[in-house]
Amino acid sequence: VSELVDLTIAEARDGLKARKFSARELAAAHNEAVERIKPLNAFITATPDLALEMAAASDARLAKGKALPLDGIPLAIKDLFCTKGVLTTAASHILDGFTPPYESTVTEKLGKAGAVMLGKTNLDEFAMGSSTTTSYYGPSENPWRRPGDNRPLVPGGSSGGSAAAVAAHAALGAIGTDTGGSIRQPASFCGIVGMKPTYGRCSRWGVVAFASSLDHPGPMTRTVRDAAIMLGAIAGHDPRDSTSAPVPVPDYEAALTGDIRGLRIGIPKEYRIDGMAGEIESLWQSGIAWLRDAGAEPVEISLPTTKYALPAYYVIAPAEASSNLARYDGVKFGLRVDGDSLDDMYEKTRAAGFGAEVRRRVLIGTYVLSAGYYDAYYLKAQRVRTLIGRDFAAAFERCDGILTPTAPSAAFAIGEKADDPVAMYLNDVFTVPADLAGLPAISVPAGLSDGLPLGLQIIGRAFDEETVLRVGQVLESAAGFTHLPSFIA
Amino acid sequence: MALDKATVARIATLARIRVGEDELEPLAAELSGILDWVEQLMAVDTDSVPPMTSVAEMTLPMRDDVVSDGNDRDAAIGNAPRSARGFYAVPKVVE
Repeated sequence: VSELVDLTIAEARDGLKARKFSARELAAAHNEAVERIKPLNAFITATPDLALEMAAASDARLAKGKALPLDGIPLAIKDLFCTKGVLTTAASHILDGFTPPYESTVTEKLGKAGAVMLGKTNLDEFAMGSSTTTSYYGPSENPWRRPGDNRPLVPGGSSGGSAAAVAAHAALGAIGTDTGGSIRQPASFCGIVGMKPTYGRCSRWGVVAFASSLDHPGPMTRTVRDAAIMLGAIAGHDPRDSTSAPVPVPDYEAALTGDIRGLRIGIPKEYRIDGMAGEIESLWQSGIAWLRDAGAEPVEISLPTTKYALPAYYVIAPAEASSNLARYDGVKFGLRVDGDSLDDMYEKTRAAGFGAEVRRRVLIGTYVLSAGYYDAYYLKAQRVRTLIGRDFAAAFERCDGILTPTAPSAAFAIGEKADDPVAMYLNDVFTVPADLAGLPAISVPAGLSDGLPLGLQIIGRAFDEETVLRVGQVLESAAGFTHLPSFIA
Repeated sequence: MALDKATVARIATLARIRVGEDELEPLAAELSGILDWVEQLMAVDTDSVPPMTSVAEMTLPMRDDVVSDGNDRDAAIGNAPRSARGFYAVPKVVE
């Protein structure tokens, strides 16, 4: 039953409850799909047996009429989440063979909601990248190709394996993490929905840490409704994460009323950047028109510190990374390269275990935190971060949501931009500000450029995921994006 | 801000990452390129702006100082590349 992989989460949920098919059938169809998309290298570890086992438990509950919110829904998990007894790599050589003795809060919540895990997806090493090309396990491929051009394209990153798996219909949804755009940019590149909730909304406990003040777990799905369903399952206070917010979780699906009449939508003038493709500007204009037609009121706003968000990010994120990655020392888990002394062992292990981009960021982070440079770089960047937060606070006095493009380009070829780190960093120019300010944001597929998908982004007030989802769904309906990638499982 | 080879060697030591002599020059150029680009931050007037210390604007919660989870030695060392008699094993340290 190959059409089982073409369902949305909402449709699969209804089909399972109506007993049109079993969770085991749904899981088996997806296990086969995961097998068929092997050429995309979207998964580091597939867990087909575990998927069938979890599906059998779902079937038992469904038969008793005691279905959990996500019972039987097959999902892919970014291999940055610790999963008890299942290899967890962060796509790094340095975590060779690491099998966590505990489960991350997000995956534990998915399990308690009845979801079925298909496997662990590929990513940029330690989530550092925008292309899923820095993985120790090789690059993932985007299921989309430019018409008339056979070159494999990047799926974006760092949650590129998750995005490719969902876009190619090998999973009904996936979990990603977003530190600088790592959910929304791959969602845009692969023509799917990606949502980063408010900082503190979803627990970071058990997520391999990259930059702790910026890491946000979130859902990647084929529809906005599916994102709302998944977010409802993974959100909520977790005492094990001291930055987890003790606030109630609303019913996100109920927020999808389709009614945005009277909402003021901010259009930030600073998001018009030099060299941005004409199609992106015109898609943005379409987005403004769609929301106006639905009864919202577009208002021009100013986020004056926007152009400094990216350089501030590339001080703060490497600084936090250099601290977080100090734990990889060849002692407690993963790779060890023997040495003559403890220091020699540390240095050899870390030289062998980290890839080029991770090494680059750890070195930058070490430098900006070192004596004599801390004030000039790190504190300066944190001051600029305060200004970015204030920009948004001032803007939200005048509007209820902000509409921007998600990324400055469509997917590029694997290998492109590889020799210029700064050109690669520019991918995140529209996504980084919401990470620095901790605000919820969604990317919704809105159109094609040269045959490749492009997303539009909605940014909202802190803990107002409901407005973000509601506007996102109106955008989704108006865009009517029904295109499919050239490679489908 | 151009980094020289000696500075790269120093930060590599601080970061405990062995960097070969032949890699220092290209790394210095790469890192200098990133820092040059970051320098644009200096154009922002931040004289009266405090650094952001918490994105979530919340105070850290307190909890009781008790074992709530874990306390399982064998699980904790189960992933160690080398362990002995219930401990992590490392090269001999004599100072």
